[in-house]
Amino acid sequence: MGTLVVAEHDNATLNPATLNAVAAAQALGADIDVLVAGNGCGAAGEAAAKVPGVGKVLVADNAVYEHALAENTSLLIAELAAGYDNVVAAATTSGKNIMPRVAALLDVAQISDVIAVEAADTFKRPIYAGNVIATVQTADAKKVITVRATAFDPVAAEGGSAAIEVVDAVHDAGLSSFVGEELAQSDRPELTAAPVVISGGRGMQNGDNFKLLDGIADKLGAAIGASRAAVDAGFVPNDMQVGQTGKIVAPDLYVAVGISGAIQHLAGMKDSKVIVAINKDEDAPIFQVADYGLVADLFEALPELEGKL
Amino acid sequence: MKVLVAVKRVVDYNVKVRAKADGSDVDLNNVKMSINPFCEIAVEEAVRLKEAGVATEVIAVSIGDKACQEQIRTALALGADRGIQVETEGAVEPLVVAKLLKGVVEKEEPQLVILGKQSIDGDNNQTGQMLGALAGMPQGTFASVVKVDGDRVQVTREVDGGLQTVSLTLPAIVTTDLRLNEPRYASLPNIMKAKKKQLDVYTPADLGVEVTKHLTLVKVEPPAERQAGIKVESVDELVDKLKNEAKVI
Ligand SMILES: Cc1cc2nc3c(=O)[nH]c(=O)nc-3n(C[C@H](O)[C@H](O)[C@H](O)COP(=O)(O)OP(=O)(O)OC[C@H]3O[C@@H](n4cnc5c(N)ncnc54)[C@H](O)[C@@H]3O)c2cc1C
Ligand SMILES: Cc1cc2nc3c(=O)[nH]c(=O)nc-3n(C[C@H](O)[C@H](O)[C@H](O)COP(=O)(O)OP(=O)(O)OC[C@H]3O[C@@H](n4cnc5c(N)ncnc54)[C@H](O)[C@@H]3O)c2cc1C
Repeated sequence: MGTLVVAEHDNATLNPATLNAVAAAQALGADIDVLVAGNGCGAAGEAAAKVPGVGKVLVADNAVYEHALAENTSLLIAELAAGYDNVVAAATTSGKNIMPRVAALLDVAQISDVIAVEAADTFKRPIYAGNVIATVQTADAKKVITVRATAFDPVAAEGGSAAIEVVDAVHDAGLSSFVGEELAQSDRPELTAAPVVISGGRGMQNGDNFKLLDGIADKLGAAIGASRAAVDAGFVPNDMQVGQTGKIVAPDLYVAVGISGAIQHLAGMKDSKVIVAINKDEDAPIFQVADYGLVADLFEALPELEGKL
Repeated sequence: MKVLVAVKRVVDYNVKVRAKADGSDVDLNNVKMSINPFCEIAVEEAVRLKEAGVATEVIAVSIGDKACQEQIRTALALGADRGIQVETEGAVEPLVVAKLLKGVVEKEEPQLVILGKQSIDGDNNQTGQMLGALAGMPQGTFASVVKVDGDRVQVTREVDGGLQTVSLTLPAIVTTDLRLNEPRYASLPNIMKAKKKQLDVYTPADLGVEVTKHLTLVKVEPPAERQAGIKVESVDELVDKLKNEAKVI
């Protein structure tokens, strides 16, 4: 019967995490279809049809699916799930919002934040802020899964030519409506997809000092992240938080500046390929996971680093 | 209006949990247990709604063995009016927790159910959404602002791109994010008073729910260890290592 991957998109383009979700779906072995639900989402549907390995793209284009409201979208996915063994989405805030509703409607467990597919019914997932990796096996015939994007290398975005099929089903639960959004505007790469991430913590002292990271980020093509302490203190907005309860990142290079290295922060970045820590306290726990540690005052080290890159 | 708050007993967030040597489970012998931090935020939000005259009664519910009464008492000390324990043995899966909560919702008919967005042990981030689907209620997940307005509630949500605001019909589900509020500390007199507050115990059968098991824990293991790194002496050495050794810049 196959696997249905729920695409995340802005109606025009696919969110890159969808390519990681397709990669996870490939590990399940079955045929892959992709669902693009939105309002005016034809272009996103076409983008999904170009992803190699996709059999067909189901496009549900209706005002009720705008903004991916969980109440409506979950009804659609649960209906379509009748024709599939697996329903897969990336564990983004959108996937986390919608998929547990789908699982409950289907009366099955959800396997959250999968980092490896061991068998069609067996998965690895981190628990306790990543301090422990659990292997879980499900008895459910239908599986509802969210996958940690950083654990699966994305498939190519181009090269395929899947058929596009229109889905007419309109589900309006009549329970919720969209009021507005404040999305961060940035020319930088998206935090969860950037090859380099440079994050600041409480040691940055205030929001203004985050400018010290800008020049370095420009030179490295990096995204800028933060610890929870920096977000809570109001230095930077919440969408920059890296950690157990923020974003999970695994770039080639992660630079932690003025961050102590609490387990909740490490949970979001310790799978990065190379970790650099800059901290004035030589005993800071961040040094235990850093490949390269520099014990220094960040206010001296950052300008010097920017100059030498 | 009544507000129902779900509180979970979990390993304290300061504890570094390890897998048992035989990989059968995590080692939770003699570790400190606490109320899940996100649930504490949920209780605080409910109590603030009561203090603001929006909520009339706050009911704290927990699902687990007798020990979770301790976390219900904590919620009562923080200002919840009464408690409900649904007595279960061993780990209960989120789907079953959601079914049991639905049973409590049918008994109590709250207008708002506030849960944590995730618990810091299972890290599942499922229960509130599942309850929403089962009870046919809308959800405002990962909430950083909650405003009750007549027969609707407006919830500002922390999403990947920033913030999103939705308007929901009541009754509704809210799951809390870290910045919704800063929970108060329970005062000693309130801890004493909490001991006398009403706490009812139900069994799953009382709620008409069968405790099913969909998942088996095959094994647990520690995550891959990182190789120990080195300390560099200067910015020059750091740049050199990143260029020539790690080759990442
Ligand atoms: C339920 C829960 C969930 C959480 N989720 C997350 C999460 O997702 N992400 C997260 O990050 N945290 C999370 N936390 C918080 C976490 O426990 C820590 O409190 C937080 O990560 C600390 O942030 P920090 O390292 O910036 O601050 P601190 O721990 O205060 O560290 C600041 C560091 O800066 C250094 N420093 C100060 N001045 C300088 C200077 N001039 N030059 C160089 N170094 C300097 C100090 O030596 C220190 O090591 C969570 C906590 C809880 C309870
Ligand atoms: C080593 C280990 C392995 C485990 N393996 C599995 C497994 O394979 N599969 C599995 O399903 N479970 C497993 N569990 C149990 C799991 O950790 C959770 O207890 C359970 O799945 C509930 O998920 P959650 O708390 O992460 O839900 P979440 O959806 O993250 O919880 C969100 C919110 O729901 C509410 N809530 C959740 N549980 C309760 C409760 N008991 N009482 C009141 N409110 C509650 C709280 O408000 C909480 O903040 C395991 C536990 C351990 C210790």
